[in-house]
Amino acid sequence: MASVELPVLKPGDYGSDQDVRWCPGCGDYSILAQMKKVMATLGWPREKTVFVSGIGCSSRFPYYMNTYGMHSIHGRAPAFATGIKSCRPDLNVFVITGDGDALSIGGNHFMHAVRRNVNLNIVLFNNRIYGLTKGQYSPTSELGKVTKSTPMGSIDNPMSPLSLAIGCEATFVARSIDVHIKHLADTLKRAAEHPGVSFVEVYQNCNVFNDGAYKYATDKAVKADNVIEIEHGKPLIFGKNRDKGIRLNGMHPEVVELGKGITEDDLLFHDEQATQPTLAYLLSRMRYPEFPEPIGVLRCVDAPRYDDLLNEQVAQARAEKGEGDLDKLFNSGDTWTVE
Amino acid sequence: MSTEFESETEQSKTVLQIEEATVRFCGDSGDGMQLAGTQLTNTSALAGNDVATFPDFPAEIRAPRGTLAGVSGFQVHFASTDIFTPGETVDALVAMNPAALKTNVADLKAGGVLIANADAFDKKSLDQAGYAENPLEDDSLASYQMFKVPMTDLTRRAVDGLDLSQKEADRCRNFFAMGLAFWMYGRSLDPTLRFIEAKFKKLPAIAEANRRALTAGRNYGETTDAFVSSYKVDKAKLPAGKYRNMTGNQALAWGLMTAAKLSKKDLFLGSYPITPASDILHELSRYKNFGVRTFQAEDEIAAVCSAIGAAYSGHMALTTSSGPGIALKGEAMGLAVMLELPLLVVDVQRGGPSTGLPTKTEQSDLLQVMFGRNGECPMPVIAARSPADCFEVAIEAWRVAARFMTPVMILSDGYLANGSEPWRIVNFDDLEPISIKHPEGPVEGKPFMAYERDEMLARPWAIPGTPGLMHRVGGLEKQDGTGNVSYDPKNHQHMTDTRAQKVRNVAKLIGDQEVMGEPSGDLLVLSWGGPYGSCRTAVTKLQAEGHKVSHAHLRWLNPFPANLGEILGSFKKVLIPELNMGQLSLLIRNQYMVDAVSLNKVQGKPFHVTEIIEKAKTLLP
Repeated sequence: MASVELPVLKPGDYGSDQDVRWCPGCGDYSILAQMKKVMATLGWPREKTVFVSGIGCSSRFPYYMNTYGMHSIHGRAPAFATGIKSCRPDLNVFVITGDGDALSIGGNHFMHAVRRNVNLNIVLFNNRIYGLTKGQYSPTSELGKVTKSTPMGSIDNPMSPLSLAIGCEATFVARSIDVHIKHLADTLKRAAEHPGVSFVEVYQNCNVFNDGAYKYATDKAVKADNVIEIEHGKPLIFGKNRDKGIRLNGMHPEVVELGKGITEDDLLFHDEQATQPTLAYLLSRMRYPEFPEPIGVLRCVDAPRYDDLLNEQVAQARAEKGEGDLDKLFNSGDTWTVE
Repeated sequence: MSTEFESETEQSKTVLQIEEATVRFCGDSGDGMQLAGTQLTNTSALAGNDVATFPDFPAEIRAPRGTLAGVSGFQVHFASTDIFTPGETVDALVAMNPAALKTNVADLKAGGVLIANADAFDKKSLDQAGYAENPLEDDSLASYQMFKVPMTDLTRRAVDGLDLSQKEADRCRNFFAMGLAFWMYGRSLDPTLRFIEAKFKKLPAIAEANRRALTAGRNYGETTDAFVSSYKVDKAKLPAGKYRNMTGNQALAWGLMTAAKLSKKDLFLGSYPITPASDILHELSRYKNFGVRTFQAEDEIAAVCSAIGAAYSGHMALTTSSGPGIALKGEAMGLAVMLELPLLVVDVQRGGPSTGLPTKTEQSDLLQVMFGRNGECPMPVIAARSPADCFEVAIEAWRVAARFMTPVMILSDGYLANGSEPWRIVNFDDLEPISIKHPEGPVEGKPFMAYERDEMLARPWAIPGTPGLMHRVGGLEKQDGTGNVSYDPKNHQHMTDTRAQKVRNVAKLIGDQEVMGEPSGDLLVLSWGGPYGSCRTAVTKLQAEGHKVSHAHLRWLNPFPANLGEILGSFKKVLIPELNMGQLSLLIRNQYMVDAVSLNKVQGKPFHVTEIIEKAKTLLP
């Protein structure tokens, strides 16, 4: 019998014939490259994959993937994706969004797609600025940020996308960095394989309007002190010499130095599968410069998925009542005949 | 227990034969007036009458008891003839309290029957309604046949011994009122007894109380000396067939499900609750075994966006709303126009602007649905003319959406949505199937062209999961043919023209406009949507008087039927009655340069036939 194995696809097979038009040096290129690489390892047919995006630089992404795709309207990609996934559970649906798209105009849809646990893969490119509209501050821009629309500095308290997602009880929450390519690829792969909603925040550089926003997390000289790579079941250790860690002091995390009476066993051990989202939320609150910022998977738990439940209800109704019969329905209840 | 009442008892009093009657129940919202009206409607329909109804209720769930603002009413018109409206003036008014009397009595015909719940006319209630004196005790209602019925007391006595609280006992008053009305018009109690049985299955005491109140009302009419005669309305001579009663929202839901089946599609509804459209969501949610998926979205925008996603994925997709929700959906509808995907958008219109009159009817979203989107963004628009017509409109709308790959707007309104009439039951197999073909793969190794067009300018509907047809759609302008993003100035002009022409091409499918009456004459009454019945009745009466008047009722508002210009040109004058300030008039005057005369009304109520006749007569020679 002939082999029925799927053809092996290479990352290049996932590129569309369209010219990529991001600014030279944009962090989006790296995310696109890693996404293609991950796609090739997942073994999914290209035609079963759909990329949905909203508006913004990141949202041009679907045009560059040789899969099915929809470039939709500002902030609403999770709603389109929910419609697709609800009707077609057989499709792998990705939502590509930015910090403005997902958290400002699309905050509502983001929140509801996450809390419903629709089996979507949401990737948020966070450059902490509005790029496409040329440089206004975003919901993740830091206090005091001077931009075209905030000449005296932003007075909006920035939000944490991870905290928001965990607050909505996201079943998979992770963070990575555009230039940390291996970590990014591993994270995207785990997210794609997660049944239920997955949310990945990617720190991404906008070299035109917000260059170096994440220098603390990417600069070789300092990143080891400012970023902590978390892994399930492992203690929270960081630093160039891996001599620092995070310890819980009551309800609060604190940075401690190993040695001088403090051992690994005193540190906080990461449990991405904790039923309660408390630990994941605590990690999501750790911000530079007070803390090293966590990258990796903060939370990964199993929960019922909206699209499955919806289709199970349809199947259940058909099993219980039989396939709908319109003639029977039309003639049900009170009727009368005119001769 | 109930069987002794199941057959119609012999009437011992005079029975007057009449052709038609209009009955209105009114009381506090919470008094069960909508239920009373619905039961009289169904019973009359089952008796073979033609029926038309007009429910009228406040936007508040429970306004303070006894206040003018809290009055809820339900009007039923039933007849032995073919009727098109829920009636103008009322033959019989059942008023449950002073506020209901005050707000409704002006519509009662001179000499009409007024049944008042005398127990509710106490000092406090009279004060709340603003009556200085009890109108039941002075001469102010002398022009009516007034019956003062102590309904509260009689109902309490009827349910005595059932271990109900006084509040529970008093809630049965509407069944007493129904029983009395049923006696007055010689109606069988059976359908309502069946309703009670089903509805209160789990509350046997309440079921028994309602049964008793209903029969007590009927017996009261039969035995008390106050009522000397009852009325009989013969069966209507409707076209032969099997009928059922339907509201517009139910007919629309069933029409949509039928359209799905005709096209071998599962239906997806993305919706957000809003009056008066919510019942479509409620109705469709019940039919998951028909493959219906309903998604109650977080807001109106998510509702339409999820539907567009469903359309892209290959489903028959739909979103339902009312005016304010349609306003929110505007941007996404523009995307659907760009994506050239089939999508149905239902607007059940209500009084506007803004929150306006949520429970009252109006036709003032026509220009919104025609133009309320950014850019040059044409969409076909179809409007239902009566509750039962919603069924066919739903099917026709989907036929067009699927054939032309375009979103289609369906207009209904609060009056059609909640009103009901007999619907002649169709056989599914008699309906014309809707053929939809999805491309199955690339042709001879040629790259797939997502925006390649057929003779009607429709593009192919390739769906995810199909190998070799991977393509990307989006809101940026598309290069014709390839569907690639294009900023080319000439291409944008070309695509704008193409999208407009595609909508105009719909006229090739929808057929010619029909005219009721002579094809030319002194006056054409041109209408759309809910006023169909009033206009039709008015024109029929004018024709009977010998006037050269005809009636054209538009089902498609965009595009107009191909022969409409010719029809308009064949009449000396054109009158356009609309429950708005002249929106169709604006379109007709613009497109056909016809000096049409408008008859406009925005009072939350449908037209009276007399209003149209009076206006028409000012235009006749």
